[in-house]
Amino acid sequence: MEKIKSIEELRKLREHARKSLQVRSGEAKVKIMVSMGTVGIAAGARDVLMAIISELEKRQFHDAQIVERGSLGLDNEEPVVAVERDNKTVFYGKVTAEMAREIVAQHVINGQIVSEWVIAKG
Amino acid sequence: MKELSLNILDIVENSIKSGAKNINLEIGEDNEKDLLIVTVKDDGKGMDDEFVKIIFDPFTTTSTNKKVGLGLPLLREEAENCGGGIEVHSEKGKGTTVVVKFKHSHIDRPPMGDLASTILTVIATNSAINLLYTHTVNGKVFKLSTKEIREIVGDVAALRDVTILKWLGDYVRENIKTLYGGEGNGKN
Repeated sequence: MEKIKSIEELRKLREHARKSLQVRSGEAKVKIMVSMGTVGIAAGARDVLMAIISELEKRQFHDAQIVERGSLGLDNEEPVVAVERDNKTVFYGKVTAEMAREIVAQHVINGQIVSEWVIAKG
Repeated sequence: MKELSLNILDIVENSIKSGAKNINLEIGEDNEKDLLIVTVKDDGKGMDDEFVKIIFDPFTTTSTNKKVGLGLPLLREEAENCGGGIEVHSEKGKGTTVVVKFKHSHIDRPPMGDLASTILTVIATNSAINLLYTHTVNGKVFKLSTKEIREIVGDVAALRDVTILKWLGDYVRENIKTLYGGEGNGKN
């Protein structure tokens, strides 16, 4: 069986995280919101969030912050993901884990809105 | 919900919505006693007796932009169908405790599912709250305190960093797997 991770490793990672955070000053460039109400959770919001974290980590993109948001009342569109970038908020509906990875690659990192999945803009 | 871990996420999210700063999640599994107990205790704004009574009415919700809150009523039905039940104790201004019990071996008991993802979801979206997660399986214990983790990594911003989150997810997944005897992928 492989060795269990120890909290000591986390102390080492702290420096890594600190360096990444030093590059950006203050607020993260992109905010990502995943709706975590009962309907969102039942529809798969948790797996969508896991895919987002995994994709951000894979691409080593540290300039995004994941924030919680309540239900938007768009129950029929859950899971809903909102991306705030360049002073614009874009809402995506019926997001799957696959779509979430694409949204991270296109919109979060490169600023290209994935128009076909957009349900609202603010 | 397909997995108990999704119900747990739903209950913890309710705690967060109620303004909780400290959330205590305890999961106890005992094959000898044939019992699975999930306890979520928070220091959120709590509810008065009246509201606790009507909380299992599917048309009750504290949210203004949502007409139904089916989370707890459906979970109660599932727990009762599996030789268990659900209790809610709440005091206005003090907090709420939700206790869910299942007969562990009941054939209709939903599987625990991906508990590590539930824990990571809470940490990623609410990095500033203190979540104390204690999981006991037949005497073996795993504990995780997000307050301690935050102190180790420095601050909330560092805790939210994707490198740290990825590591934490793997750490929790590995430890849950060990609790269940090292078999499988941390899911049960």
